[in-house]
Amino acid sequence: MEQYYQPEIECASQEQIRVWQDERLVDTVRRVYENVPYYREKMQAVGVTPEDIKSADDLHKLPFITKDDLRDAYPYGLLAKPLSDCVRIQSTSGTTGRRVVAFYTQHDIDLWEDCCARAIMAAGGTKDDVVQVCYGYGLFTGGPGLNGGSHKVGSLTLPMSSGNTDRQIQFMCDLGATILCCTPSYAAYLAESIHERGARGQIKLKAGIFGAEAWTEAMRQDIQDKLGIKAYDIYGLTEISGPGVSFECSAQTGMHINEDHFIAEIIDPNTGEVLPDGEKGELVFTSITKEAFPLIRYRTRDICVLSREKCPCGRTHVKMSKPMGRSDDMLIIKGVNVFPSQIESVLLSKGYPANYQIVVTRENNSDQLEVQVEMTQEMFSDTVGQIAGREKELVDAMKAMLGIYAKVRLVSPKAIARSEGKAVRVIDKRNLY
Amino acid sequence: MTVKQISVFVENKAGKLSELTNILRQRDIDMRALSIAETQDFGIVRIIVDDAYNTACILREAGYVLSITPVLAAAIPDEPGGLNRILDLLGEAGINLEYTYAFIARKEGLAYMIMRVADNDKAGAALQKAGVRLICQHEIAEL
Repeated sequence: MEQYYQPEIECASQEQIRVWQDERLVDTVRRVYENVPYYREKMQAVGVTPEDIKSADDLHKLPFITKDDLRDAYPYGLLAKPLSDCVRIQSTSGTTGRRVVAFYTQHDIDLWEDCCARAIMAAGGTKDDVVQVCYGYGLFTGGPGLNGGSHKVGSLTLPMSSGNTDRQIQFMCDLGATILCCTPSYAAYLAESIHERGARGQIKLKAGIFGAEAWTEAMRQDIQDKLGIKAYDIYGLTEISGPGVSFECSAQTGMHINEDHFIAEIIDPNTGEVLPDGEKGELVFTSITKEAFPLIRYRTRDICVLSREKCPCGRTHVKMSKPMGRSDDMLIIKGVNVFPSQIESVLLSKGYPANYQIVVTRENNSDQLEVQVEMTQEMFSDTVGQIAGREKELVDAMKAMLGIYAKVRLVSPKAIARSEGKAVRVIDKRNLY
Repeated sequence: MTVKQISVFVENKAGKLSELTNILRQRDIDMRALSIAETQDFGIVRIIVDDAYNTACILREAGYVLSITPVLAAAIPDEPGGLNRILDLLGEAGINLEYTYAFIARKEGLAYMIMRVADNDKAGAALQKAGVRLICQHEIAEL
C-alpha cells in the first residue's frame, strides 16, 4: 500500500502543479529582482524584467546561474532575505572545488524537511519505523535533511552521523533500525561488514535511502541482496536545498522531483537550449518557494533524462533518471568520454566488489587508464593462467563499454581505502586543469 | 595420494612477502616448500606446510585471499636423470604439467617434486605404475 506524506500535493493533477509553478515562479523572479542586485544585473544584462515572466513558459528567457556565480557571490551575494530572517547555513561537501554556502529561513528548512519526509514515506517509512541516519551531520545537508524528514514522519530517529562502523552495526542490531540513510558506497561497506561479523540475522532493516553520490543499478541490486532490503535513490543538492529535491518511490524507476518547490529543465550543456522531456541533457533547477536562497535556472552539471510517464505509485510529479554522470566528473581519456559509473557497472556485472579506484596518468603524452580492483576469493586461483584469463575477460568487457583499453590491476582485499563519506573513485594524476 | 598446497595472493610490492612470512613466524609455522609465480602486479605464493587447514585459517583471518589445491608430491632419487624420468612418464601419458617445484627432505636426503596437473588421479596412477613413490599430506610432517 503506497503511502504519501502530502498526498494532495504529491498526487495533484499536472494542471494543478502547473498553476502552482506559474504563480510561484512569477513571485520568485519578482523577489530576486527587487532584493538581489546580482540577479538584477544578470537579468538586465540580457534585457529581461520581471514583467516578461508571466508563467513557467517564460522560464527559458532567464539567464542561467552556475557554481561559478555562487562562488563569485560568496558569501552573501545571492541572499534574498535579511540575514536576521535566516536560521541556518549549510555548505556543499566541496568535492568539486571551493565551498558554496546556502542560507535557510525557518520556512526553507520546513519545506526541505517536508521533501525528505515525502522520500521516507515513499520508501515505506511510518511513525513506527526506526530511521538510522548515517549521513554526516554538520555543514553537509545529508544528515540534517533526513533527520528533519524523519521527525516530520514521526519515526524514531537515530542521528548516528557518518563513521564508526562498529557502533553503526551495534546500534542497528540493538535498536532495531528499519530504515537506513547513507551514501550507497557506505551502504555497500556496511553490508560487507555486517556479513563479516555474521550479524545478518540480527538486523531488521527493510529499506534504505541512499544518495549523495552516483551509483548504478547493479550496485543497488548488490546492496538489496546483501541486506535483504529495498534500496531507494534520493537526489538533492545543497544549492537547491539538500537531499529530497527528488526521491524514488516503490516503482524504483526514477526519482519524483518535488515540482511544487522546484522546476526542472533539461538543457543541451553546450548550447543551453531547452530539450524536450525524454532527451538526455544537463539538469537545471529553479527553486520557486525558497525565501533566503532561491536559485533561478541553476545548472547542476548532472546529466539525466526527465519522464512524465504515469507512475504506478500514484505520484504525478515528473521523474528524473539516476544521473548518468556529471559533466564535471566525466573523464576524457585519449579523447574518449569516460564516466566512472560505466566502469563500476562492468565490475559489478562481472562479480567484482563495488570498491574500486580509477587512476589516470599520462605517459609519453599518452593517457593511461588503470582500474584497481580488489582480488576476491571467487576469482583467485593457484595458476597465473587462470587469473590472467579472468583479468582479460574484465579488460575486454571494459573495452567494449568504454571503447578504450583500461589496464586492470589486481590488489589485495581491503587495499583500497573504504569510504565513510563520498568515495574517492578517481585519481587523475594528469593535472590537466 | 596428494598433498595440500596453499596458494596465497600477494601484491608485487616491496615488503608484501615479508608481511606474509611474518605471520607464519608469529604462529610458529614451518614451511616445507615454497614457490612463487609472479606477474608484474602480483604473485601467487605457493606453500606446503604440515597442517594446511590450520595455516589456511590463520591466513584467511589475516585477510588473505587463498586457495587450497591438492597437488602431487613425488619422491625422486637425488641423482642426475631423476626428474627427467618422471617428466618422461607424464609426457608419455599425455599429461600437461601446469607448474612444478622441488624441495629436499631433511631426514632421508631425498628430493621431492611438487606437481600441479589437471587430473591428479590419472597422473598419480601413471607414476605409481612405474614405481614412483607419491607421498600424502600426513607424511609431510615426518619428512
